[in-house]
Amino acid sequence: MGATVITITSGKGGVGKTTATANLSAALAMKGKKVVAIDADIGLRNLDVVMGLENRIVYDLVNVVEGSCRLRQALIKDKRIENLYMIPAAQSRDKSAIRPQDMIDVCDQLRPEFDFILIDSPAGIEQGFRNAIAPADRICIITTPEVSAVRDADRVVGLIEAEGKGPALLILNRLRPRMVQRGDMLDTADVLDVLAIDLLGIVPEDEAIIVSTNRGIPVVMENTSRAAQAFCNIAARLMGEDVPIMELEEPSPSWLSKIANLVRRH
Amino acid sequence: MNLLNQLFGGRRPTSREVAKSRLQLVLVHDRVDLSPQKMQLLKDELISTISKYVEIDAEGMQVNLTQNGRQCRLTADIPILSARPKRQ
Ligand SMILES: Nc1ncnc2c1ncn2[C@@H]1O[C@H](COP(=O)(O)OP(=O)(O)O)[C@@H](O)[C@H]1O
Ligand SMILES: [Mg+2]
Repeated sequence: MGATVITITSGKGGVGKTTATANLSAALAMKGKKVVAIDADIGLRNLDVVMGLENRIVYDLVNVVEGSCRLRQALIKDKRIENLYMIPAAQSRDKSAIRPQDMIDVCDQLRPEFDFILIDSPAGIEQGFRNAIAPADRICIITTPEVSAVRDADRVVGLIEAEGKGPALLILNRLRPRMVQRGDMLDTADVLDVLAIDLLGIVPEDEAIIVSTNRGIPVVMENTSRAAQAFCNIAARLMGEDVPIMELEEPSPSWLSKIANLVRRH
Repeated sequence: MNLLNQLFGGRRPTSREVAKSRLQLVLVHDRVDLSPQKMQLLKDELISTISKYVEIDAEGMQVNLTQNGRQCRLTADIPILSARPKRQ
């Protein structure tokens, strides 16, 4: 049995692909799986800093593909967690340096040694996206509860189905339950209703993400924030565990904010 | 926004409700790559084609894109006024 290759993509930029890749990789490794995270965002390398491994880079994905180093030399071992590895993207190259077949070849070489290969896709639906989904066994689409992000996600869902790589799984990121409650944010049900794909998990908006990204320590390694818990649950589901979707209930709004809402609505 | 107001029973819809209905509308056109302009052309051509056979109420005609999950459906509801008298 080889690794399962999971690509995390979104269409729109800045919705949490890199954050999710870093945290899900770390969470899977913490659960005892052997994991490699690959940064497929050539020219906009970021997974290294989010994982806090930027000082350890010698070779990158393009070096591997071009044959200027061996695959093993580009694998950076995370010293904090057993069984966690990362392959960085090239920073001074562009997406055309890699073709979909190269990604398939790299993953085929890695498959026998790992349980999971997670690929951080670039934004967009061009070649970088094609490269990232080429080797995928499963594709996770991440979106935020905003009109533009959901629209782009829908485009990607369609492309993935057309490639015969569906059904895609949804991660809803940066949900703010309080805004949903007062009718100012799309809810999970709304997004699922329009996208009509299966839900893999919900990650709340959480300051802990920003703090942990500042430090270069994925939030799942550090603390028990809601976002960390959400990523751990998603990792468990990827391992086939049946974990219920986390309730993001908030303390019921005070009478003062209730009045504020009434005023706002009328 | 009038239509939205009607949809939500006269009250001002929340931004969440507005977002959802805007999304549904934009997605159904994205998915089948039919802009509202192309829909109008399609409607016009339908009218002229069908009018060759029966007299229809073009004003009362409804052509809609709907969806069930990711399955899109084009429905036309065309009131017929009378069958065209057969030519000799
Ligand atoms: N659940 C969250 N709560 C708060 N901030 C988040 C959350 N998810 C992502 N972010 C922030 O959003 C920004 C974009 O995230 P990133 O993972 O780099 O997106 P992408 O890789 O899709 O471009 C980053 O600054 C990140 O820290
Ligand atoms: Mg990124």
